[in-house]
Amino acid sequence: MSFLTYLIRGISLGSVYAIIALGYTMVYGIAKMLNFAHGDIIMVGAYVCFYAVSSFHLPPLVGVFAAIVACTALGIVIERLAYRPLRQAPSLAVLITAIGVSYFLQNAAQLLWSSNTKMFPSVTGNASIKLFGGQLTVPVVTIVTVISCMVIMVVLTWFTDKTKMGMAMRACSEDKDAARLMGINVDRTIAVTFAIGSALAAVAGVLLCSAYPTLVPTTGSMPGIKAFTAAVFGGIGSIPGALLGGILLGVIEIFSGAYVSTQLSNAIVFAVLIIVLLVKPDGLLGRRVTEKV
Amino acid sequence: MTVKTKRLTRIKKKNLVPYAVVIAAYAAVEALGALGKTSSSLRGLLVPVCAYVVMALSLNLTVGILGELSLGHAGFMSVGAFTGVVAAVALEKAVPSAGIRLLLSMGVGTACAALAGLVVGIPVLRLNGDYLAIVTLAFGEIIKSIINNLYVGVDGGGLHVNLLGGADALNLSADGTTIINGPMGISDIPELSTFTAGFILILVTLFIILNLVDSRGGRAIMAQRDNRIAAESVGINVTKYKLMGFVLSAAIAGAAGTLFAMNFTTVVANKFDFNTSILILVFVVLGGLGNMTGSIVAAAALTVLPEVLRKFSTYRMLVYAVVLILVMLAENNPRFKLFFARLFHGKAAEGKEAAENG
Repeated sequence: MSFLTYLIRGISLGSVYAIIALGYTMVYGIAKMLNFAHGDIIMVGAYVCFYAVSSFHLPPLVGVFAAIVACTALGIVIERLAYRPLRQAPSLAVLITAIGVSYFLQNAAQLLWSSNTKMFPSVTGNASIKLFGGQLTVPVVTIVTVISCMVIMVVLTWFTDKTKMGMAMRACSEDKDAARLMGINVDRTIAVTFAIGSALAAVAGVLLCSAYPTLVPTTGSMPGIKAFTAAVFGGIGSIPGALLGGILLGVIEIFSGAYVSTQLSNAIVFAVLIIVLLVKPDGLLGRRVTEKV
Repeated sequence: MTVKTKRLTRIKKKNLVPYAVVIAAYAAVEALGALGKTSSSLRGLLVPVCAYVVMALSLNLTVGILGELSLGHAGFMSVGAFTGVVAAVALEKAVPSAGIRLLLSMGVGTACAALAGLVVGIPVLRLNGDYLAIVTLAFGEIIKSIINNLYVGVDGGGLHVNLLGGADALNLSADGTTIINGPMGISDIPELSTFTAGFILILVTLFIILNLVDSRGGRAIMAQRDNRIAAESVGINVTKYKLMGFVLSAAIAGAAGTLFAMNFTTVVANKFDFNTSILILVFVVLGGLGNMTGSIVAAAALTVLPEVLRKFSTYRMLVYAVVLILVMLAENNPRFKLFFARLFHGKAAEGKEAAENG
């Protein structure tokens, strides 16, 4: 039974990574930039939800909604102020700006909310379901996490495949200039992508802190890096790839922590990533882009 | 013929600038020190500044000259720091002279970091662009995790090494000492690093990198950076030259790591994490890709700046972040660029354009 427990825990953690990775992968697919501030938007979402629930005594669902609204707005503002002026700039300049935004969010959070650890109240309560006559306990937060991940995945796939905005996104990710010639508002499409990515980050932040309740201004950075790894693992730019990468990463992390060594679990996760990239340099579900001379 | 000589003098003049900057800075600091004008907090910063300058030069070799983004450069610094200190402690009895011991341990740190660079470089350099960046990040994290769980001790029988087992599993004899104690890192480091040693290391690094850039190998490295396919088609062994640049860069980072670690009494593996790699990348990008003088100035200024801003302690990192974003926005603002191009009469604009194409 312990195997099943670990597997469920891994899938749950992996679902959170997958939600974050979806945000990474969408932004990368369209803006071709590594948004290092994405992890810190998770942290902002978690703080907003925390204060909504604990200081204003709002019901948890309203707290989640507040976090989504705040992060969406934040994402749009960041894109407008910091990233849009750099659309034509070399990618390293954009990367450093993203790092600057990440530092800014972390330090602003430290000033606003202090660096003391906050105990995040689980939005789903601490109930759990017992299966197989009490041999297997599944916390409700796990079930909620996995279901949210699946719902987000289905909705996003529908959105990018069927809606006009989704089509515009795919067009922009393929060729921005051609998309502009076809009458697509590229700037608006990118802004919408950032908004969606940031909203997902808010959801991920709430779910992450419901399962692992310590909240500090740097809460988002390690999950952010891991989710970025997951996105690359699955093939960056691919939505199913982000899901697959995220869940695999979560499962590997929990299993290596349980069966090999807790201290080395991060090292094992990254080692698997390296091996996968050596065999499949574009990630598990990434598209091979042939180089033209 | 005239064109040729003109070009030669220009390269020479360009190369003199970074040396001059370093020597002038060293002389100024030493002079101020002799007059007793340096505060103790500044003196404490001198060796870390040197180490960060060397790190910035080393990363500039990877990012600016080789053209590959590395997000795990602190990992090599870490390897150099830990192996260097182990060597220094192990050689304590055999080599009494501090200077020679520093040199030897720096050699060990450099060699081990070069080896790590080779191990990392062979798989990493097969990838391109952002994938390469994420793999270097992954290697940086792996190195950090391993050193965090590494236990090394020394006794009469030589070095004892153990991974994960804890300090007790080293089976040291009674006179033995634990050097690396897992997550607690190394304590009681012999403080061998001096400002002069750092200064010499910067000069040596500059000499190596500037001469590499002007050599046949350096031209091959830059050719593959500008256009890999074109470089391959004229018969350049791209993998070989990439690996050469990368291993050299890792080796220099190792030397910087040894210098850095031997300035403190304790050092832990978590000091050399992703944030440190990013910090050094910021030096390189702000200083200008491929611009060694820029790297030196940016590394020194940005290491000293947070200390100077300490009185605004609560806001200093916020200010740092805002400055970083604003500089990036200004640097890439067409109107600003035009303004500076006019200011320096086209000559600087030309150089800027060349740097950007690279």
